[in-house]
Amino acid sequence: MQVSSESPALKLVVVGHVDHGKSTLIGRLLHDTGSLPDGKAEAVIRMSERRGMPVEWAFVLDALQAERDQGITIDTTQIFFNTDKRNYVIIDAPGHTEFLKNMVSGAALSDAALLVIDAKEGMQEQSRRHGYILHLLGVRQVAVVINKMDLVDYREERYQELTGEIRKYLSGLGLEAAAIVPVSAREGQGLVAAPDKMSWYAGPHLVEVLDGFSPPVLPTDRPLRLPVQDVYKFDDRRIIAGRIESGRIRTGDRILISPSNKSVTVKSIESWNTPSPALSASAGQSVGITLSEQLFIERGQVISHEANPPIESNVFRARIFWLGRKPLEVGKRYKLKLATNEQMVDVQSIETVIDVENLTSAAGDKLERNGIGEITLRARAMLALDEFSENPKTGRFVLVDEYDTVGGGIIFMEGYPDQRSSGDVRSTNITAVEHRVTPDMRARSNGHEGGILWLTGLSGAGKSTLAIEAEQQLFAKGYQVYVLDGDNVRFGLSSDLGFAPEDRAENIRRVGEVAKLFASAGVLVLTAFISPYRADRDRARSIAPDLFHEVYVAADVSTCEGRDPKGLYKKARAGEIKDFTGVSAPYEEPVTPELTVDTSDKTVNESVAELLAYVEENFSLTGNGGGR
Amino acid sequence: MDHLDALEAQSVYILREAFNKFDRLGMLWSLGKDSNVMVWLARKAFLGHVPFPLMFCDTGKKFPEMYEFQKKYAAEWGVKLLVRECPPIEEIDPTLPPATRSAARKTEALKRLIAEQDMQAVIAGIRRDEEATRAKERVFSPRGENAEWDFRDQPPEFWDQFKTDFAPGTHIRIHPILHWTELDIWRYIQREKIPLVSLYYSKNGKRYRSLGDQDITFPIESEASTIEEIIAELEATTIAERSGRAMDHEAEDAFERLRTAGYM
Repeated sequence: MQVSSESPALKLVVVGHVDHGKSTLIGRLLHDTGSLPDGKAEAVIRMSERRGMPVEWAFVLDALQAERDQGITIDTTQIFFNTDKRNYVIIDAPGHTEFLKNMVSGAALSDAALLVIDAKEGMQEQSRRHGYILHLLGVRQVAVVINKMDLVDYREERYQELTGEIRKYLSGLGLEAAAIVPVSAREGQGLVAAPDKMSWYAGPHLVEVLDGFSPPVLPTDRPLRLPVQDVYKFDDRRIIAGRIESGRIRTGDRILISPSNKSVTVKSIESWNTPSPALSASAGQSVGITLSEQLFIERGQVISHEANPPIESNVFRARIFWLGRKPLEVGKRYKLKLATNEQMVDVQSIETVIDVENLTSAAGDKLERNGIGEITLRARAMLALDEFSENPKTGRFVLVDEYDTVGGGIIFMEGYPDQRSSGDVRSTNITAVEHRVTPDMRARSNGHEGGILWLTGLSGAGKSTLAIEAEQQLFAKGYQVYVLDGDNVRFGLSSDLGFAPEDRAENIRRVGEVAKLFASAGVLVLTAFISPYRADRDRARSIAPDLFHEVYVAADVSTCEGRDPKGLYKKARAGEIKDFTGVSAPYEEPVTPELTVDTSDKTVNESVAELLAYVEENFSLTGNGGGR
Repeated sequence: MDHLDALEAQSVYILREAFNKFDRLGMLWSLGKDSNVMVWLARKAFLGHVPFPLMFCDTGKKFPEMYEFQKKYAAEWGVKLLVRECPPIEEIDPTLPPATRSAARKTEALKRLIAEQDMQAVIAGIRRDEEATRAKERVFSPRGENAEWDFRDQPPEFWDQFKTDFAPGTHIRIHPILHWTELDIWRYIQREKIPLVSLYYSKNGKRYRSLGDQDITFPIESEASTIEEIIAELEATTIAERSGRAMDHEAEDAFERLRTAGYM
């Protein structure tokens, strides 16, 4: 039975030392609030009788045979339950040390925690460890239940004594207990009503405490963080998929991709089977967005706004808990998973190993299983991250050793700077330099204007042949002229790029920028790149619209394949080259090129002559064109 | 974001994680309400597409309405469907109680289908609130060489960082609706207008709350013949959802044995 509200259930984890009565508390709470399905209570009573014991409410949860036989909780269980006020999901986490990974798995899902402590035994090692891990996991709402008060004759003195001890420990962790409730789960004291056997207690009973917890608040007002989960191309849309971890995103927003440090505009927010297209989305939503231009984007990058971006660093500090069978050691390498990013990291140092008994810390060179410590990690690549205190979702991570998750941690940057590069246009410390040497002065000195002849066409159409030949002849005429082609760009400026569509787009962008610089310096630049995508060429044009001349070196595929000077078509047909233009990737012909040179039925000299005529016409100060 | 939005966003996140991590992936489509919701969520995640095959292990004992439903919507939703016959009962462990043994045919068929397709991962629509052993499941739950589930040593799973690295020979079950309740499922079906097999709606004073094979699934007494009425009925009931599933009740540990051996 559930409260028929549409609000999400509050997730509550129950932690504490083994045998302090966590499962019994939950079983009894379910029974006393009328949350058990018909027949469950009877089944539990029957099971207990069969085993010759008093009613064992823990059987409600410990449904697994092994657990019934050994009387312990092996793994976390989730039980749905409700009070008059709202629905809850109760997560019962095991108290045994060896099941700490299961306790963490349960507790990390929770909005609030109940720490159960045996009135007779008091705080034990796991009580303290669980308390510490709640603090590391970022669970901030904690109430303490002092259980088994019947074993200490419901004495107030014992309650007071424990209360002092518990408050002192929790305050050392920066946690404050919402309440410390004395109960006896087995006897049903203090769970759903004031305990009649403890009239000295004036505080809230357990259900009142639960109902006092606040539901989780989505961080919609924090800076935007949208880690890229995947990029889809199922149809004609290229969709960037991911979950917004904090903040809000709108169509038309200028966003920043980290750590690649590129800016782009959000074109649309896509969805399926929704009443109308969304214009904005916020924290907690899994979205798919499209962008205004084709940037190279991959899983692991983080989308933010230009203001308040994440920190970029390849080194950071962390508080971690260790679950691995083998200890964490300095110098070891693990896989870091931070939001959707995965990178190898090395343990640079272990600053402290924390003793959960008394919260003291000592130096150490390894962290044993179930240990907690502070360490420094270093990655080979730049990471986009946040401090946990600023943004929990992008400020926490897990470590993987071979196939297993072996630890979790939260990030703090004490002593390490943000390494975000300040050399890009977005930084405010760059102002455009006014040149005193004007383009006119350069042109007069050279006898011609600077400019860009952007040759585009299929592989084998003759771009490079044409460019190299034209360069030689123009140089002989006194032109300042230079060819940019795959050979001198791909090995240097773009040596980090491959041939995937995104890489090609980025390569063309760089060539466009470099060509603009050459042209601004007064040089006539000839570029010889296939540049198959119209969008990329248009972008190159937009970098220097006044200087840009598109030259379509035309020849059909069969002609080019017949020439095949580098044997590339042959390889592409054999499937040895992926994304080969004209074979396995598209070529988009220019719509309105400034010049078309059809090479399919001309000699090289005829083609070069056409190009040279165009140059004289448009760039020479002495020719009949007289510039533009 | 309301409650259903939050559930949907989490399921979409899980499905996208699965699709990113595994090349050879399939989704179990049992034709029941939960797995219809799951297929729907996949279309949400992949913007109208279902980029992996749907798998169906046919016991030959499903209700005719279910077979009709499958035919109609596989076509309408444009999904790739892999249907395989279950092996005969004689090939199944004879020490299992009768209904449990019958259900185990599906496990066997699934194992064979996974082997045949060389699948790395299978997406299944189980929920924590259905049954106590399912409550202990992980979202990304590894299975051994023979699809068996080792509940004594499950991987840690927190902060939505799932187990996505595993030794050769193991395979993964992915549970994108683990965190949903029966009521959540119905409210979502209502909101999204998801088509369902008619057996869930009351006819002659009876309806099915959970659908399995004809010989081991029993209807409940109910007058609820619309989604609104079903939701109202569930808000008031204290009877467990799978009470009509014989295999859950044959022995104290029957279902646990099924799951340990690889049942969903």
